[in-house]
Amino acid sequence: MTDTLHAKERDIVVPGEIVAEGLGFLPSKGLYREGEKIRAGRMGMIAVEGKVVKLIPLSGAYLPKLNDKVICKVIDVLMTGWRVETRSPYSAVLGLKDATTEFVPRSADLTQYYALGEYILCKIIQVTSQKLIDITMKGPGLRKLKNGRLVEVNPHKVPRIIGKDGSMVLMMKNATGCTITVGQNGWIWVEGPAPEAEMQAVAAIKKVEEDAHLPGLTEKMKEFLEKLTGKPVEIPQGLPPMQEEPAYEREERRERRPYGGGGDTRHGPGRRGPPRNTPGDN
Amino acid sequence: MAAKAVKIEYKKRSDGRSWEELRPIEAKTGIVPRADGSASFKIGHTLAYAAVYGPRDLHPKFMQNPETGILRCRYNMMPFSGHGERVRPGTSRRSQEISMLMSKALLPVLDLKDYPNSVVDVFVELPETDAGTRCAGISAAAMALADAGLAMKDLVVSFSMGYYDGQIMCDLSGYEDCDVGVSDIPVAYIPSMDKFSLLQLDGEVPKEDLIKILQLAKKKALDMYKVQQESLKAKYRQGE
Amino acid sequence: MKMTKEHVLKYLTSGTRYDGRKNDEYREVKIEYGVSHAAEGSARVSIGETVVIAGVKMGLEKPYPDTPMQGNLMINAELTPMSSPLFETGPPREQAIELSRVIDRSIRESKAIELTKLCIKEGEQAWSVMVDIVTVNDAGNLFDAAALAAIAALQDTAYPEHDAEGNVNYSKKTKEKLPLAQTPIEVTVLKIGDHIIADPLPEEEEALDARLTVAVNDKNVICAMQKGGDMPLSIDEISAMVDLAMAKAKELRKKLTR
Repeated sequence: MTDTLHAKERDIVVPGEIVAEGLGFLPSKGLYREGEKIRAGRMGMIAVEGKVVKLIPLSGAYLPKLNDKVICKVIDVLMTGWRVETRSPYSAVLGLKDATTEFVPRSADLTQYYALGEYILCKIIQVTSQKLIDITMKGPGLRKLKNGRLVEVNPHKVPRIIGKDGSMVLMMKNATGCTITVGQNGWIWVEGPAPEAEMQAVAAIKKVEEDAHLPGLTEKMKEFLEKLTGKPVEIPQGLPPMQEEPAYEREERRERRPYGGGGDTRHGPGRRGPPRNTPGDN
Repeated sequence: MAAKAVKIEYKKRSDGRSWEELRPIEAKTGIVPRADGSASFKIGHTLAYAAVYGPRDLHPKFMQNPETGILRCRYNMMPFSGHGERVRPGTSRRSQEISMLMSKALLPVLDLKDYPNSVVDVFVELPETDAGTRCAGISAAAMALADAGLAMKDLVVSFSMGYYDGQIMCDLSGYEDCDVGVSDIPVAYIPSMDKFSLLQLDGEVPKEDLIKILQLAKKKALDMYKVQQESLKAKYRQGE
Repeated sequence: MKMTKEHVLKYLTSGTRYDGRKNDEYREVKIEYGVSHAAEGSARVSIGETVVIAGVKMGLEKPYPDTPMQGNLMINAELTPMSSPLFETGPPREQAIELSRVIDRSIRESKAIELTKLCIKEGEQAWSVMVDIVTVNDAGNLFDAAALAAIAALQDTAYPEHDAEGNVNYSKKTKEKLPLAQTPIEVTVLKIGDHIIADPLPEEEEALDARLTVAVNDKNVICAMQKGGDMPLSIDEISAMVDLAMAKAKELRKKLTR
């Protein structure tokens, strides 16, 4: 039987749909092999690289991962720290030692540091196999988020919102004059000089989310922002200051890395080689 | 369902369909924007809304499973949805059984092992009912789960089959189910596995006919499957 | 929570809302009649992304002994877990009960339905009109969407056929519509800081100081009111909120096309 590709690059596929047939193809995460057939294991968009067929998810929940920078909401103040919502089924704990570079006295009122309902940009430093999550506030850029508003997008659209080399979010920042802080969990904090600027940023973010699967998005967004702000917009070239990781490389590194913090770490992160199916695919 | 003392003659379908014809179908996604995934599925005069929240935190804690997330379905007919009197809101034994059957019909295509101790909640509400409600609910729920981006091997297709006086038919209407007394055989089919995940039957059906019924169901399921697939893709077509 | 409120106020002070609307502006309101053909009357209302469905079922019953010449009216609302992660399954809680009762009062006190007209045989047979409101998506302002859905559903209601013994034939609707003497419209107005706004978003509902739901009948007379929220209101504040509600009620009434 000859190898046939039924779906092409950028096709949207639904669970169960036959994407390819033949043993020459290699299904990657989100696709599964059933005899000769390769089927979609969730909704997403197809990308083909030689013999490797990939599925890029466009929807779905956020699964907390080691080293992710996420925006969380404080939901409980504990004896020795805080519990936060991560926009996943699992809450995370911020311990005293990771909360701040200042010294926190034992009798301190913890709400002076982080109070219920406040949003923070933090980093995940541990994920156990039972999904107990620890976060830290110590690190470049990590901070309490004030004077802004929260935008919710699907976590799988975050790479598009950040863009290649951070270019998309930088373009939106420059055009609107807002600070746009993107959490890997799909929560985005927008802080602007005025409500109008903030609303422009929100509209732009929502537009990227809606059209994430379409080609030529950068050009479209340039036009969208120009129309919205009435000012000319430049597509940023070259690498911006390193705050966000390059989007596509990040996706690939995640596929190769052993799962979470409780997984097999013998091989170390960033091992080169073809993406392998991690346990949980079928 | 009223017991008929005298057997009704039913040689032609009351709504003019052929024996194998399904009622007109309308399927849409995204009808509950606040949910993680949602869909509506209308077949004839039966309309089901399905909304998916999850995977999310599960309470009470004793229900949590450390090896996998769990699926929790809730089926509910709106009080004004039926052809008779108002149905008091709240669960009944019937709705609890159907909720459980829905979970069983959907579980074979789901993989929730990446989400231990969590729950995927599926809420099905029906504004309009005219037989085949649990089936429409399952069809809508399958779409909503896919819309929510969950890991799924395939969609699930569900509708009722019928059997009366030796005649096999597809997709019973309320009139056929309740007034004529056609034997109701709700099924749910998973095309990629070529297997049924829901099978119920009431009435008298000889075994050879049962096999014929299931084979016909498989054939018709593929038509409904296409509609579900197209509706799921529809929202991504808008931009083009 | 406090932070959100400060930020919401920042927007209101500059004369705009989180979605760019003016303080007294409603999102797009759409009413669809007859969405459930099995019900005697039904309607689906959407305000922005908030969606609510209401349906009416009628039954023939013996009137209550203390009101032998009257039929019965019942309004019930369900805040479904489908419509928001904040609602749980189970019997109606405070919020749903308040919603039902406020809408009930607006319809009952405005004499929208003349209950004596529902009576067929004094002391023996009278119609019971049962309105059920079910939320489908909560994107703020469920109150107004629910009230509008209830009225629209009543406008859509036609009597089913019945015989002398009191048996109702639900599969046959008559051409006779339920006689509605009034169409009370409910508007909920919020006070946040010094600002009053109509048609709140979920962020604004969270940040509210006080709210006032005002029901207005066709003659522009107030027929029901309910204050909510933790902060008390002065006479001037109440007056301003009622003015806004009455202006908005006039606009909303135009959306009812029956």
